[in-house]
Amino acid sequence: MNLRLTDLDRREPLLRGHPACPGCPSALGLRLIGKALGSDIVLVVPAGCFTMIQGAFPKTSVDLPILNIAFAASAAAASGVSAAFEVKKSDVPVIVYAGDGGTVDIGIQSLSGAAERGDNILYVCYDNEAYQNTGIQRSGATPYGAWTTTSIKGKAEKKKDMPAIMVAHQVPYVATASIAYPLDFIEKVRSAVMMHGTKYIHLHAPCPTGWRFSSDKMVEIGRDAVLTGAWILYEVVGGHWRLTGPSKNLMDKRKRKPVQEYLKAQGRFAHINAKLLEAICSQIDQQWEEIEEKIK
Amino acid sequence: MRIVAVSEPSEGVAGNTGSWRLMKPVIDRERCTKCLVCWIFCPEGTIVREDDDHVHIEYNYCKGCGVCSNECPVNAIDMVEE
Amino acid sequence: MFRVLTGNHSAAFAAALSRVQVVPAYPITPQTQIIEKISEFVDTGQLDAKYIRVESEHSAMAACIGASAAGARAFTATSSHGLLYMGEMVFWASASRLPIVMPVTCRTIGPPWNIWDEHTDMLSLRDAGWIQIFAESNQEILDTVIQAYRIAEDEKVLLPVMVGLDAFTLSHTSEPVDIPSQETVDSFLPPRTGKPFVLDPSRPITFGNMAYPSHYMELKFTHNKAIEDACEVIAEVDREWRRLVGRGYGGLIDEFMCDDAEVIVIAIGSSAGDAKEAAKSLREKGVKAGVLRLRVVRPFPVQSIKRVISRVKAVAVVDRNLSPGSGGILASEVKSALYGLHKPPFVKGYVAGLGGRDIAVGDFVNLFERTLSSRDEGDDRSEWVNLNLEVLH
Repeated sequence: MNLRLTDLDRREPLLRGHPACPGCPSALGLRLIGKALGSDIVLVVPAGCFTMIQGAFPKTSVDLPILNIAFAASAAAASGVSAAFEVKKSDVPVIVYAGDGGTVDIGIQSLSGAAERGDNILYVCYDNEAYQNTGIQRSGATPYGAWTTTSIKGKAEKKKDMPAIMVAHQVPYVATASIAYPLDFIEKVRSAVMMHGTKYIHLHAPCPTGWRFSSDKMVEIGRDAVLTGAWILYEVVGGHWRLTGPSKNLMDKRKRKPVQEYLKAQGRFAHINAKLLEAICSQIDQQWEEIEEKIK
Repeated sequence: MRIVAVSEPSEGVAGNTGSWRLMKPVIDRERCTKCLVCWIFCPEGTIVREDDDHVHIEYNYCKGCGVCSNECPVNAIDMVEE
Repeated sequence: MFRVLTGNHSAAFAAALSRVQVVPAYPITPQTQIIEKISEFVDTGQLDAKYIRVESEHSAMAACIGASAAGARAFTATSSHGLLYMGEMVFWASASRLPIVMPVTCRTIGPPWNIWDEHTDMLSLRDAGWIQIFAESNQEILDTVIQAYRIAEDEKVLLPVMVGLDAFTLSHTSEPVDIPSQETVDSFLPPRTGKPFVLDPSRPITFGNMAYPSHYMELKFTHNKAIEDACEVIAEVDREWRRLVGRGYGGLIDEFMCDDAEVIVIAIGSSAGDAKEAAKSLREKGVKAGVLRLRVVRPFPVQSIKRVISRVKAVAVVDRNLSPGSGGILASEVKSALYGLHKPPFVKGYVAGLGGRDIAVGDFVNLFERTLSSRDEGDDRSEWVNLNLEVLH
């Protein structure tokens, strides 16, 4: 990776004084997209945290053209925008910025349709692992064992593997990313947008409000997710898998920080016992085994 | 007159969000190595990157989240009570 | 140029002549030939448009909204369950003030499954803020889809338009249709302007973020004002079309032998044609029958209706739809429009033709006569036409 922070532009399309919670990773994610691509883009935003971060009519906190759209419809609306731009011979990238609920649950059908058709959009899912905007309800992306208001004993189901679902659609580009590794994310956004077709980036977004930790730890927890192996950074280009960032060196389990360090720091895992911890750890191990097969 | 829900970009749509904070980040300019880590991680974009890559904070909107202080690799940012 | 066309194909030809640019489409009986024909036009190069084979109707309307917001002329078509499935997005489109045009092949809603003619689907979305126009013939379908873009894109309007056509009776039945030339349509329908807004990085705006109670109501006021202002635009566009091609439909309403009528049937869609036949035969028997076809249901043409029927002896409103608990939808709306008249006409509602059951010319003849006799008896209770509960045993 040759990109450095000093190479990035000073322009801030996300204007200060927006309504996001202190330490919001979704706001940070959009700032990073702005750093990656500048302001010659169009955003499509379904219902979710980022809707509210824009603030109230007649003002908006984002200095980019945005189409807000209903919850299930972001990929389809983006397909429409992209088709119109094609007709008008414009190459302005169309970027969906959607939460996990609007992607893996209610939005999955329209995203699958767009991917199957290869519609020319970049879809970025900021994954704060629950329906945070409506008050921390469980989504398909909530990890196993996590507390939410609708999984008070800890989620009984595994996290839906959305990047793998996108890879199965045979789209040109799929990646995971984390707000804790901004240069990795920015490079992925830039690579993706240069390709034609449906591109998907799944951005880990540790939410202080929903995960129950103090806001100053937001990036640190994102980093620990990667360094413990709980969140794997990778990209899949034309079906070829490769690890990126620190994940490149974490195939060897001994090099990963203990998973407890990541979980302990979050109030949403405060209830877990040894058995649950073991289950979580073995799921993480299994993720690594599966990805090892894929990168061969 | 607007006939449809079209909004214009503006700073401070949530008002003076600087009033939200309980603690205030203070940058020790001498200690700062201009690494820009605080700048990139601020969710508000309230850390201003100067021409020579020194940074200062726009306190009008800083919510005091503390990410900058937590991330600074040389401990140049302290969270102080206001 | 005359061709024998089905109603569906008439809609497709109109879309192509209107130079639609983005067509997100999902198939549903009995609309399929509309989108098949347009797909053929695009694939054979006759229509320069992007065709998006969406995976649901909800996505069809979402993609129309995206395309229209990005400045393209967008088109889709649907029916029944498809219309309801996109229901949320239908509301989104009109409040976005986007000039999308959508034929709706009006079909019964299940369960049980029924693919035949009924208007409940389109009428159940009369609150969605779209202009709603119903066609009586395939020629009118073609002419109205083209007119619809003129109306929708008019700066006083800026609202989407639904064009209703009867399932099978129009959609799958052929009649000779005069297809205007591309030059004719081009002279009538200029390219889209950037109203009401365009997604463009050179002028960044946010569309559709949150609005507090302090601001929302005023936006609904402007929406409502636009659809009311559309009455004039609809009438003027129809007049201009008549001047151009020699065919018009009366704007908001189509009056047939109403001037001296003593009994009038109010109906929408192709059934009005059968009502007109019945009226003609009754005239021969000395009964002064007339038909008022509501071409436009949204905005509801209150003034036009009052003008035509205030002094009529008896009015029958025939509803090929049902709002359970309230009866026929148009009957309620017509009675509501008459409120305040010092001596309103006698109005009797009829629920007829649900699930695609035929309403024959003979049925209309009976209905006209029944309305007159009911008026003499003072019996204004609504009735169901040709109900046969035996079939449920």
